[in-house]
Amino acid sequence: MEVKLLSEHYDKKEFRHLEGYQKLGGYSALKKALKMKPEEIVAEVKNSGLRGRGGAGFPTGMKWGFLPQNGEPRFLLCNADEGEPGTFKDRLMMERAPHQLIEGMIIAAFGIKSQKSYIYIRGEYYQPYKIVEKAIEEAYKAGLLGKNILGSGFDHEMDVYRGAGAYIVGEETALISSLEGKKGQPKLKPPFPAVKGYLEKPTIVNNVETLAAVPWIINNGAQGYKKYGTEKSPGTKLFSVSGNVNKPGVYEVPLAYSFKDLLENECGGMKPGFKLKALIPGGSSCPVLNYDEAMKATMDYECMSQMGSMLGSGGVIVIDDKQCMVDLLNVLMHFYHHESCGQCTPCREGTGWMEKLSSSIGAGRAQLSDITLLDKVARQMMGTTICALSDAAALPVISFVSKFRDEFEFHIHEKKCKVKGHCHAQSHH
Amino acid sequence: MSKKLELPSASRAYIKKELERYETKESALIPALFEAQKVFGFITPEVVDLLAVEMDIPPSRVNEVAQFYTMFNKKPVGKHHIQVCTNISCAMVGARETANYICKKLGVKLDEVSKDSRFTVSQVECLGSCGTAPMAQINDDYYENLDQQKIDKLLESLK
Ligand SMILES: Cc1cc2nc3c(=O)[nH]c(=O)nc-3n(C[C@H](O)[C@H](O)[C@H](O)COP(=O)(O)O)c2cc1C
Ligand code: SF4
Ligand code: FES
Repeated sequence: MEVKLLSEHYDKKEFRHLEGYQKLGGYSALKKALKMKPEEIVAEVKNSGLRGRGGAGFPTGMKWGFLPQNGEPRFLLCNADEGEPGTFKDRLMMERAPHQLIEGMIIAAFGIKSQKSYIYIRGEYYQPYKIVEKAIEEAYKAGLLGKNILGSGFDHEMDVYRGAGAYIVGEETALISSLEGKKGQPKLKPPFPAVKGYLEKPTIVNNVETLAAVPWIINNGAQGYKKYGTEKSPGTKLFSVSGNVNKPGVYEVPLAYSFKDLLENECGGMKPGFKLKALIPGGSSCPVLNYDEAMKATMDYECMSQMGSMLGSGGVIVIDDKQCMVDLLNVLMHFYHHESCGQCTPCREGTGWMEKLSSSIGAGRAQLSDITLLDKVARQMMGTTICALSDAAALPVISFVSKFRDEFEFHIHEKKCKVKGHCHAQSHH
Repeated sequence: MSKKLELPSASRAYIKKELERYETKESALIPALFEAQKVFGFITPEVVDLLAVEMDIPPSRVNEVAQFYTMFNKKPVGKHHIQVCTNISCAMVGARETANYICKKLGVKLDEVSKDSRFTVSQVECLGSCGTAPMAQINDDYYENLDQQKIDKLLESLK
């Protein structure tokens, strides 16, 4: 069953505007927070066990605790660059509940003593950008932003910034560079943004969903949040489900919810004529699970890591029996090669090689040894680069090849597809 | 004979405001490039030079940003830029066939401008609309759950 801690009112039109949002309880958490001490807010979020929803799952309160404890100005950035294939929950959250995000950001800013924040939205999300822009304006007019917020003495300015197309900008250091008006290329860490970020100042970068969960946690307490999920994966998470299921969409369920239930209950099962074959559980960068694994999987950080995959951004990509795994890998490799920023040799060269190899396998212009080579190239790309895109490109390769090797071999041996009569992999450029 | 490029005064006023909006003026580069693209359709070396002067930022810095981001067109595109996502979730529900269908209907190849300058069709990466695929972004708007009937109607309305 869905547990809608955050998304309860997402279907109500009025929730999208300040008045309706307030009528439905919005900004009560901010009022409560402004009466607390900043340290108490950070402690509450830390105790809730909330983990970053942007992909890495890093504990949010702990990240906030890395900020230097001095009076130095610091920034809060909301990462709304959402570009991981299979992920579309941040877009929904901004469209349906812009004030929930803004409220979460003001509370977070108060907790970390930041006087300026930005919401960085990918350029393609023009409508969400307009919605968020208007909501910020509403918040200013109501005294929820600006000087002396609600008479508390706390000042905070918030602005929204529109990106211009580049998946890599979702990586936090690249996001910072982009906001500074530079190429959006990642930088080596450390230093981490919490120490040296936007304009070299301490900066916290958090995902939309992470920040939008803060008001609920302040209202209901860390203990309330921990009633859902598990010890290491507390709370609820919004999963974006895509593929040939009856009801694709965004569903909020407690962490550790079983994939089988998510598929059968929330998504209404597979579309008629389609059977489940595989699952990418958390966005395109996560290793694929086969049918048996998928049916046993629970949607939490521990189970995914036990199965050798990741919860990532929660982009649940359901793969059916009419899909060719060679074709899908081609699609992904084209993507990662296109999106590699090219700074690191293993990533730049590796993504190029993997795209070439997987497409020649698909086209039947390869030998069996090329499957081994593909796997080897992928393994050499891991853990040696500035950012995680290199690993993100390599992981799907390793898992696709090891779990669906027969489909790769068939393309090579038979020069056609094991699954479909007309397979794009055979003609992929 | 080339005419000297000029920004309309409304655009110049917008860029001036953006230059003061952020902590450093370089942050105004992306907004200014979007504005210039709205006026000129795509970003040429002349547009880069124009912005460099307007913003008092070296042309190499302006160019670096223009080149890095995919939403800045480096060559002309049609009035309606139809961008179909063909990444994994969309590919599984037939988005590549959708892109082909649109190309065929319009009589264009991918990334080419139609003879009447009205259309360009491109395949792009995930647009965050994976649950409502096949989909296309046309200029600033998303069109989701596309089927042939919907596409026919849509293209008709854009003519
Ligand atoms: C290649 C790459 C792309 C990423 N894209 C996004 C993204 O679109 N949105 C996001 O929130 N985090 C993204 N991340 C993760 C961010 O670097 C960062 O961990 C996150 O924004 C932190 O917020 P959180 O702790 O609230 O999750 C990406 C990371 C990498 C390596
Ligand atoms: S790993 Fe790839 S994307 Fe990341 S910084 Fe290096 S080259 Fe760029
Ligand atoms: S994969 Fe096409 S919109 Fe996400």
